[in-house]
Amino acid sequence: MWDYTPKVKDHFLNPRNVGEIPDADAVGEVGSLACGDALKLYLKLDDNKEKIVDAKFQTFGCASAIASSSALTEMVKGKTLDEALAVSNQDIAEFLGGLPEEKMHCSVMGQEALEVAIFKYRGLEVPEHDAEHDHGHAYPDYEGTLVCKCFGITDTFIKKVIETNKLTTAEQVTHFTKAGGACGGCIPKIKELIAEVMGQQTAQSQPKTGKLSNLKKMQLVQEVLERDIRPMLMADGGDLELVDIDGDNVQIAFRKACAGCASSGNTARFVEMKLRELVHDDLRVQEVAA
Amino acid sequence: MKEIYLDNNATTKVDEAVFEEMRPYFCELYGNPSSMHFFGGQVQGKVTEARKRVAALLGATPDEIIFTACGTESDNAAIRSALEVLPDRRHVITSRVEHPAVLTQCRNLRQKGYRVTEIGVDGAGRLDMDEYQRAIDDDTAIVSFMWANNETGVIFPVEEAAAIAKARGALFHTDAVQAVGKIPLNMAASQIDMLSLSGHKLHAPKGIGALYLRRGTPFRPLLVGGHQEQSRRAGTENAAAIIALGKACELAGQQMQAENTTVKAKRDRLQDALMAAIPNARINGDGAERLPNTTSIAFEFVEGEAILLLLSELGICASSGSACTSGSLEPSHVLRAMGVPFTCAHGSIRFSLSRYTTDAEIDTVIKELPPIIARLRQMSPFGREHLSKG
Repeated sequence: MWDYTPKVKDHFLNPRNVGEIPDADAVGEVGSLACGDALKLYLKLDDNKEKIVDAKFQTFGCASAIASSSALTEMVKGKTLDEALAVSNQDIAEFLGGLPEEKMHCSVMGQEALEVAIFKYRGLEVPEHDAEHDHGHAYPDYEGTLVCKCFGITDTFIKKVIETNKLTTAEQVTHFTKAGGACGGCIPKIKELIAEVMGQQTAQSQPKTGKLSNLKKMQLVQEVLERDIRPMLMADGGDLELVDIDGDNVQIAFRKACAGCASSGNTARFVEMKLRELVHDDLRVQEVAA
Repeated sequence: MKEIYLDNNATTKVDEAVFEEMRPYFCELYGNPSSMHFFGGQVQGKVTEARKRVAALLGATPDEIIFTACGTESDNAAIRSALEVLPDRRHVITSRVEHPAVLTQCRNLRQKGYRVTEIGVDGAGRLDMDEYQRAIDDDTAIVSFMWANNETGVIFPVEEAAAIAKARGALFHTDAVQAVGKIPLNMAASQIDMLSLSGHKLHAPKGIGALYLRRGTPFRPLLVGGHQEQSRRAGTENAAAIIALGKACELAGQQMQAENTTVKAKRDRLQDALMAAIPNARINGDGAERLPNTTSIAFEFVEGEAILLLLSELGICASSGSACTSGSLEPSHVLRAMGVPFTCAHGSIRFSLSRYTTDAEIDTVIKELPPIIARLRQMSPFGREHLSKG
């Protein structure tokens, strides 16, 4: 049985704002029958067309999909459209006291429906469903290349969710977007996207060449290891420890599943590549016994 | 809240008589059946009796019964053994709707270089025997088909399939975890080489299973390191649970008639009433031969987890083939293999009865489920046009 919070149970058993608004100003629809969940969100604005005065929903889906929809309608009532756009999927999950990670895609679905409704109201283009996928579209078409063929999910959308939710593993991406949850064929691609987003986030702020003081270098190496590398290793049951930094030599020791792993040499090269990319081109990584 | 337990394909209540039978073998008669002294010897006697009882239910002889820890262990032991005793054959046949205990193992074999064929089923869940006939060849080491499906209750013609396997020199195994105790089986009249069963599906406790191994069938044990079970499954016997399984099999034999009359009548009444009261529903496996205790019904435009949790609020325990209950994102592999339409694949509910199910319990479900489906459909953005017509 899922470990749902009392608030999730309450919003599932007594959902608020179920139904249609016949003269709604904005309507957002995401998901499909084939996908296993879908949400149609109706928004009614005040006379100045600024504030949301009423919100209703129709949802096909599991308990957390219904609870997320109910929570969403409660959260956006009284907000301006811009304020409503600032509601993130984490906000929906937090409102409910948290969701099991496997169910986070329900909160993402809520946020998507809201965004679609407001974009359409503002006359922004929301691409229509165009292709048939095994499971129908989980979300409206985002621009970009199709990654998950089963649920029809593009790289642009996946990258957005990785970034806003700070996801580090492919499993998390599946829990949040459904991508990779059916045949699993796109999981390597999802891993690449995670690496890409992580790389971008760090590359924006860090220098890569030029002179670095020893202190600054040590600081940056530690930062990159903590933020970009250890979470990835730990997701696979491994870990590493920074032993020493001597000039441009970074000495690391592998821990847990990485220790004695046949491909630890590759992992060390990966760490070196990351450090060169994000800290300094001259860095060398050496594996040492602790 | 008193539970209404209609999830007997998941696990069952331990019968009081079974529990009484095993009770003395924890604190009083705790001897090791392998010991030389009288204290172990009296346990040995009861284990022997249990073996006879299990054999009797299967139409087998006692030396053909190997006690294991669970159905999954029996499945693993059977398939692995077959590959070891027929090392020159590199082909495995199973079905697309097997329990993961068989299916996962077969799929893992692909990575080891085996050819694995998964035979499909038709819309009613019936095994495609033509595809099976075409797939089997002289390279086939083992064929493993379940006797009855856990989700739909659909029964496969395993005796016929076993004869086909034998003719090609392959071994035949059946996962009969859902069938044992529910329909009459007779190993003496079949050509099945190996059969798996699980205690907790027939009112014995969890943690005990058995593997039927036809006399003369070559076998390599999964667990080695002891002479127990004629060196076919090492490890000290789980004596109390074995004794319990023996008693449960004896009771199952006595109740077989009731299972196929009174339990079946309750199942039929439940499914007929639900189908009459709820539009846009279909019975998964309708038209196929099915277990007397199981019905799986797909409801269009609603999602299974939501139905289960609303039933659970009323104390009603059922199960679903839907994605959301398992954490997976797809409907069950069984429903997908059957090609259940996408409009209702996510809304399937399985009710599995037992001899303890009462008419009053069935009445409660017949009363409570239709408004739950109506409520969820009211909430759903789909199907309004269909439902208003219906």
